[in-house]
Amino acid sequence: MSPEAKDSSNLDAAARTAHEVLDAHTYETVQWHFHESTGCPFWLEQRQNLKFDPLKDIRTFDDLKKFEPFEDAWLRGGPVRRWVPKAFADRPIYVFETGGTTGVPKSRIAVDDWRTDYSLFSKTLPDEHFPPGANWLMLGPSGPRRLRLAIEHLAQVRGGICFCIDLDPRWVIKLINKGWMEHLEAYKQHCIDQAITILGAGHDIRCMFTTPKLLEALALALEKRGQTIRGTGITGIFSGGTEFTPQWTRFATEEFLEGVYMTPTYGNTLMGLACSKPVTASEGYKISYYAPQPRAAIEVVDFNNYDHVVGYGQTGRVKLTTLTKEFFVPGFMERDEGEREMPYIHYPWDGVSGVRPFHELAEATTVGVY
Amino acid sequence: MLSIPALRWGQPYPSLEIETVVHFATGEAVANVSQANGGLVQRDMRNAQAARDALRAISCADLIERCKSAADAYLNGTLPLGDGQQSPDEFVHAQSATSGLPEHICRANMKKNHAVLSNMERMLDALTRGLDLAILTRGYGKESRGVVVSYQAQSPVLGLVLPSNSPGVHTLWLPAIPLQLGLVMKPGSQEIWTPYRVFAAMVEAGIPAEAFSIYPGGHDVGAAVMAACNRSMIFGGQATIEKHKGDPRIQVHGPGFSKILLGDDAVDRWEDYLELMVESIYSNAGRSCINASSVWASRHTMEIAQALADRLGPIEVKPPTDPTSGLAAFTLPGAAAAIWRTIEAGFREEHVTHVTEPFGPRLVEQQRCGYLRPTIVHCKSPTAALAKSEYMFPFAAVVECPQEKMIDQMGYTLVGTAITGNSEWQQQLTDATHIDRLNIGPIPTNNLDWLQPHEGNLVEFLFRARAYQIRK
Repeated sequence: MSPEAKDSSNLDAAARTAHEVLDAHTYETVQWHFHESTGCPFWLEQRQNLKFDPLKDIRTFDDLKKFEPFEDAWLRGGPVRRWVPKAFADRPIYVFETGGTTGVPKSRIAVDDWRTDYSLFSKTLPDEHFPPGANWLMLGPSGPRRLRLAIEHLAQVRGGICFCIDLDPRWVIKLINKGWMEHLEAYKQHCIDQAITILGAGHDIRCMFTTPKLLEALALALEKRGQTIRGTGITGIFSGGTEFTPQWTRFATEEFLEGVYMTPTYGNTLMGLACSKPVTASEGYKISYYAPQPRAAIEVVDFNNYDHVVGYGQTGRVKLTTLTKEFFVPGFMERDEGEREMPYIHYPWDGVSGVRPFHELAEATTVGVY
Repeated sequence: MLSIPALRWGQPYPSLEIETVVHFATGEAVANVSQANGGLVQRDMRNAQAARDALRAISCADLIERCKSAADAYLNGTLPLGDGQQSPDEFVHAQSATSGLPEHICRANMKKNHAVLSNMERMLDALTRGLDLAILTRGYGKESRGVVVSYQAQSPVLGLVLPSNSPGVHTLWLPAIPLQLGLVMKPGSQEIWTPYRVFAAMVEAGIPAEAFSIYPGGHDVGAAVMAACNRSMIFGGQATIEKHKGDPRIQVHGPGFSKILLGDDAVDRWEDYLELMVESIYSNAGRSCINASSVWASRHTMEIAQALADRLGPIEVKPPTDPTSGLAAFTLPGAAAAIWRTIEAGFREEHVTHVTEPFGPRLVEQQRCGYLRPTIVHCKSPTAALAKSEYMFPFAAVVECPQEKMIDQMGYTLVGTAITGNSEWQQQLTDATHIDRLNIGPIPTNNLDWLQPHEGNLVEFLFRARAYQIRK
């Protein structure tokens, strides 16, 4: 057997195993959330209205199609405790929010998921660029967001201490909607000033989370002071967002990173964190994301039939399923689209590349606000 | 098919993000255009001074001569474009295919650009009031009357956020090069052609390529151009005007609300001016800010509207290659229908009459685009919404208004043609600050004298007069 054929055979076997694990995990998760002794009030109440019995009829991941698409409106408003599984009723509960510039934000409860997700993610980071024990800077949104605590946890798991800035993305969106671009620029500068102050304060910060827009602004601001990102001591950057395009990655790599390692991620409060295959110039800086299966799964589905997964390389809408003991979300239609990607040896399940705002919603979506 | 890279100070930059521009009617791919990102613009602007330095190494007089050569290359030459070449015919075909303008109008716009490039010396002489251009190069100097003057460039480059649907506007920024300012352009997504052709023609004429950057891309690119350049021009609608109003760094070009005013002493002879009115409304497919969007008179207004409708109402949609085609397509799906809905809402107002109605439906929807046929409305009162509306096709309101109230009622006017021999009214019109270009007499609104400033003097926008004293 040639090395290529062997690799392919190994990947097929790994993919089959991953699928079996996903099926088993799905069964276990559904049993947990719909059982009277462990489930949360929301799903136990929903169970009464379902035309099937999840405890009997959901045995595989594919069976989750029996659920109607998850409505994100269910996450808006309280009581928030209806999402807390009985088994966790006595545990300290966090609530994380998304949106909320106007109206009621979406909320997600959490106990340990955010720590688990980022502990797992930590294992994917190369020590060479994210040295254990190094301190971190969280140059991203603060407030009632999972990301803020998650990055701090990531730093701690890796033996470091995390410095943070104040950044209110809801205010940023208001500035954009009002067309107050001068204020927007000033607010961005305010955030960058905080970052530069911390980076220059002798804290030995070598790792950073930030967004494409802020990274760009930081690089420009440092250069105006005769400095560079590399010159501040940063060696590894973990970033994310739908603006993370191949062109932007190339731009950052060629124009200002000077060899500083940067890994893109795709995630949200519901899913956790999808990692990417290594992004290389030889592959045109293509970015392919893989969900942290079996805790969450990504499918790329037909725009007109959300139960139908498109072929490899074809375009569809991103459908997300979250399967943890803390939170169960079957078939949440993301506001993004992309191309379905083949399994990869380190992530032997489907991925998604070319992630961008779903074209039908793109006009109404404000992306890359911070 | 051509692949067109972005240009970073004259150097091609093929992007990993490609936008395919397509024929407005057939959907056929015309070119693959590299898309820049805002960050690229901001970073490149760190080297903006080098663009001006490269141009300042050549005298203004020499640059003017090179512009003349560039004019001929632009009009007649086969010039490099991306990974290929483009002849003048191919240019016209491509511009029409993506912008929706008839080909003969594209050719006419080429001639306008050619005329400006060829007559740069006279234009700059007029705009600077005869200033020795070496004073602009050096920053100071002595005028012929022996007075020291100083003009300081306010930016090493001029930023341009250009429109997709109106190739006639490019004449406005061409003088920046002989004034030794670099150009940082974000072309319209459907009219990428002129910036690239002007660049190729100028480089062929010996103007340094490093004076030009062209960044096709999205809104972030336009925002970056305006943020990074200390002087920019942007072309857009009323919302764009409102957004940038009062910002001295940005010159906004939007709807012109150009008008023809018939004085009481001339209005009884309105038929003598019918041709002038038709031309002002209909030329360039009604797409320019200098097209008349209203005709104001105190009497005979319904007769005037009727006569305009008789002339313009029957005009049909024709293929863009037809030399008699006078209408341009709205290439954005749904745009024509949306505009028509707004106009129809205006018809419902009291004392507003749609005079072209008997000539058949105005909205013509095709598979991938839409057209609006010429539309004339009669407004018995200046308070009607349509009396002060402007659309990107041959649309005009004939507005009934007493002469003594016109100046107060008519609102902002980019080009006002006042047909009157009444010297007192002429003086009032001359003093009216909401009229930008004033034509006294039977001059079509689209008949511009390029030796005169347009929406502000470009030289005054780019240079600041200041004190400069030397003591030895």
